[in-house]
Amino acid sequence: MPESMNLFAVFFSAVFTGNILLTNYLGMCSFLGASREVKTALGLGTAVVFVMAATGALNWLIYCLVLVPLDLVYLRFIVFIVVIAAFVQVVEMIIERTSERLHAALGIFLPLITVNCAIMGASLFMVIRNYGLGEAFAYGTGSGLGWALAILAMAGIRQKMAKARVPRGLEGAGITLIIAGIMALAFVGFNGMLSAGP
Amino acid sequence: MTSGRIKRIMLGGIGRDNPVFAQVLGICSTLAVTNVLRNTVVMCLGLVFTLALSNLTVSALRRLMPARVRMMAEVLVIACYVIIVDIALKALAPDISRQLGPYVGLIITNCIVMGRAEAFALSNPPLPSLADGVAAGIGYSCVLLVIAFFRELLGSGTVWGARVLGEWWTNWAIMVMAPGAFFMLAVFIWIVKGAIPRAGNAAGKESGKQ
Repeated sequence: MPESMNLFAVFFSAVFTGNILLTNYLGMCSFLGASREVKTALGLGTAVVFVMAATGALNWLIYCLVLVPLDLVYLRFIVFIVVIAAFVQVVEMIIERTSERLHAALGIFLPLITVNCAIMGASLFMVIRNYGLGEAFAYGTGSGLGWALAILAMAGIRQKMAKARVPRGLEGAGITLIIAGIMALAFVGFNGMLSAGP
Repeated sequence: MTSGRIKRIMLGGIGRDNPVFAQVLGICSTLAVTNVLRNTVVMCLGLVFTLALSNLTVSALRRLMPARVRMMAEVLVIACYVIIVDIALKALAPDISRQLGPYVGLIITNCIVMGRAEAFALSNPPLPSLADGVAAGIGYSCVLLVIAFFRELLGSGTVWGARVLGEWWTNWAIMVMAPGAFFMLAVFIWIVKGAIPRAGNAAGKESGKQ
């Protein structure tokens, strides 16, 4: 069973200890921009989980089956970004045709995702860490979930804070960053769990 | 006339329209590489290079690009320059390249690069676009360098790897870890916004007059 245990470790660390947003700072732009309401955050979060899981595996396949054998590894940036953009476009078209409700919920978020650095970051990390296909998928899903978790928590806090009096100059981005810092501090605490585990 | 315009673009990008403060864009890599000053400088050079040349290229191609695929074309232009940076870095400074890891590649999705191409280069001739790219890059770099300076100083007691603070200094471990970057940027934005409102009003009036 060591294989599945390893997959779980990769997944768990992607969600908590190595949260792509709070420890690698990826996807900050949309994190700050779209975390004003829980509803928006949920929509964007769902879209990110889905796209990240799928492009993680897709990019892994292309990288290992096409780029490495052909010795074109240096083209990975272009290939990854094109795969992500194309995937998002295809998903948007499929959703538009098949499910009106899903399109209404996720439609506006999908184009934003192409330039979300977390998606690209997940693909790059997975290559650098030499993950296998299973691990790449686990990592992509986990990172997406971790990102969604962080933006949901932030949206909840910001909704509560809407009426709070924040020092001048700290409103908006400033206070959001401080909350993110405290949140990151809490996530650092998860570190102990993984190293103590099997 | 043109040189006056270029000068205004340069000053705006560094000061009032500084992308980090004005729009809080592109801070992903701001935070990730700023725990050591040396890496930050390398990252900044890469960013200024990419930003300036991609702005120039996008601007030169702006009449040839069909509007429907312009985003994709911009991304490809940016990606080409980032690949150049990545390859150059691997050859010239392999260990820094290893430390920066995926963040060099992530210049592609840095919102500033894309943002300047969309907002400026698409509607302006090449030369001012180049100036705009350099200015936005330098403005961004200034913020990065200040943050990196304080994070390295407080977190490890060193500047550029050389020990500055004496033995009495206890390292603030939190500063080199993830949360430190969030706090540092928040404090920095706070200070700048606290100092700027009056100047910002005056500048706003001036730009309204044009």
